[in-house]
Amino acid sequence: MTMVEIDHLSKSFGDFQAVDDISLSVRKGEVLGFLGPNGAGKTTTMRMISGFLAPTSGTARVCGHDVVTNALGVKGVIGYMPEGSPSYDDMTVTAFLRFIAEIRGFTGADRDERIAKVARRLDITDMMERPIDVLSKGYRRRVGLAQSILHDPPVLLLDEPTDGLDPNQKHQVRSLIAEMAAEKAIIISTHILEEVEAVCTRAVIIGRGKVLADGTAKELLTRLPDFTAVSITLPESSAGAAAAYFRNHPSVAAVFETSEGNGRSKLRLTPKEGGIKLEDIAAAARAQNFPVAEIYQDGGNLDDVFRLITTGDAKQGGVRQVAA
Amino acid sequence: MRHTWIITKRELAAYFATPVAFVFIAIFVALSGALNFYIGRFFEKDQASLDTFFSFHPWLYLLLVPAVSMRLWSEERKSGTIEQLLTLPVTTTQAVLGKFIAAWMFCGIALALTAPLWVTVNILGEPDNGAIFVGYVGSFLLAGAFLAIGICMSALTRNQIIAFIAGSVVCFMFTFSGVDMVLNAFRGWMPDTVVETIASFSFISRFQSVTRGVFELRDIVFLGSLTAFWLFATVIFVDARKAA
Repeated sequence: MTMVEIDHLSKSFGDFQAVDDISLSVRKGEVLGFLGPNGAGKTTTMRMISGFLAPTSGTARVCGHDVVTNALGVKGVIGYMPEGSPSYDDMTVTAFLRFIAEIRGFTGADRDERIAKVARRLDITDMMERPIDVLSKGYRRRVGLAQSILHDPPVLLLDEPTDGLDPNQKHQVRSLIAEMAAEKAIIISTHILEEVEAVCTRAVIIGRGKVLADGTAKELLTRLPDFTAVSITLPESSAGAAAAYFRNHPSVAAVFETSEGNGRSKLRLTPKEGGIKLEDIAAAARAQNFPVAEIYQDGGNLDDVFRLITTGDAKQGGVRQVAA
Repeated sequence: MRHTWIITKRELAAYFATPVAFVFIAIFVALSGALNFYIGRFFEKDQASLDTFFSFHPWLYLLLVPAVSMRLWSEERKSGTIEQLLTLPVTTTQAVLGKFIAAWMFCGIALALTAPLWVTVNILGEPDNGAIFVGYVGSFLLAGAFLAIGICMSALTRNQIIAFIAGSVVCFMFTFSGVDMVLNAFRGWMPDTVVETIASFSFISRFQSVTRGVFELRDIVFLGSLTAFWLFATVIFVDARKAA
């Protein structure tokens, strides 16, 4: 069931085209990761979906409500955590959550029950009577998350939900997102790529306001030219011979050698079109009697995909080519 | 209406969250009394009336009202909470009205705390209580009009100091546009109708009759429509510049 439908959404600020004709849809059960370098248009897109900013052209529909003609309807079905989770610093956590709950139409016991429930869920029950401005960044972020799920919205928009959190807090927030994923449509924006692998069912990479890639993390990885690259670790003494041999292997485009220290070298074999089969390389190494200590297909990582897609540059860090 | 009231409650609580509110109210009460006693020569005049007391209000409001309104939108924009507020299911109009009402109630509280003066003149003599009542209503409406201007200036900038100064300056122009000193600058080179139009926007010429206990319907309509106009402008500015 499609919950969010972004329909040719564009936004320009003067001459600057922040978001350029983005179309996407998000179904219930999906966690969409919005990826992109800073300034790519992630936040602007989120602000338009949430009804905060009016699009220059195009629209977004959330649970059937059109954000251009019925922003109030959209705001009612969305839980939104703005970037940095700004909240009224002079209020206590309880007072702030009460304010949000009342605006969202909950009163009396229902209101207090909901607040108690999200407070337990986000583990902020000890902080409820403190003013928000004395809270640590992690607690502030959790208060921001608490207000966004208070009304159990079918659609959740979280702008950089784990930014600035420590690893434990990140894990906690990700578990929470994963827990809620089944019955909601969730869009999170991030530039932390491990987050996409950890919680997102789908990733969309945007750059300069346009959608550059859309797929699962695995699908995006296959876009890397080096996706099937193979790494072999072996003693330095035989590295030269092995490098020379594999340079002539039919599926290998180039061989890069790095010293591992302790007398070992690592060869990285990058593929020609069509890729490398790990089995072929392993069989060849055995046949040549190379003293292989370790052999694996590293598959590249999302950082490389991100760089490749957003800048067209996917150099592998710290690897130098062996002089031919 | 329910949403407006929830926002009003939050804003009013925000005023009293710091001691600044109490300091402000103390300054207003002390200053309005001091002006009345020392500059207005309340005792020497030997009259049981509060017309001098009210005649100082436009001056006091010029400094104090923009101080009340300056944070209303500037702070929301500076801290980013405007994004939180306006993605809740409320309209911009409800948010603007909620904030305005909170600020107006705050001014009302300050004004109400000058009531001991009213009691005092009743002990000392036999004042025209109807006139004093009109004076309070007029003063309250004047505070509302100043606040509407101040909120509009607050919506234009994320810097509270600029909001304060701009609010004071615009209130000053509206207050004293009827004074000869200002009008003389226009006389001679502008047609009379323009000069009269400028003069008709003046708060002070309207408020002078209020201090004497005379409040005409057209003065109420004037202050009310001016307040509405500035609040309407605020809604437009908040919508247009919320992400700036």
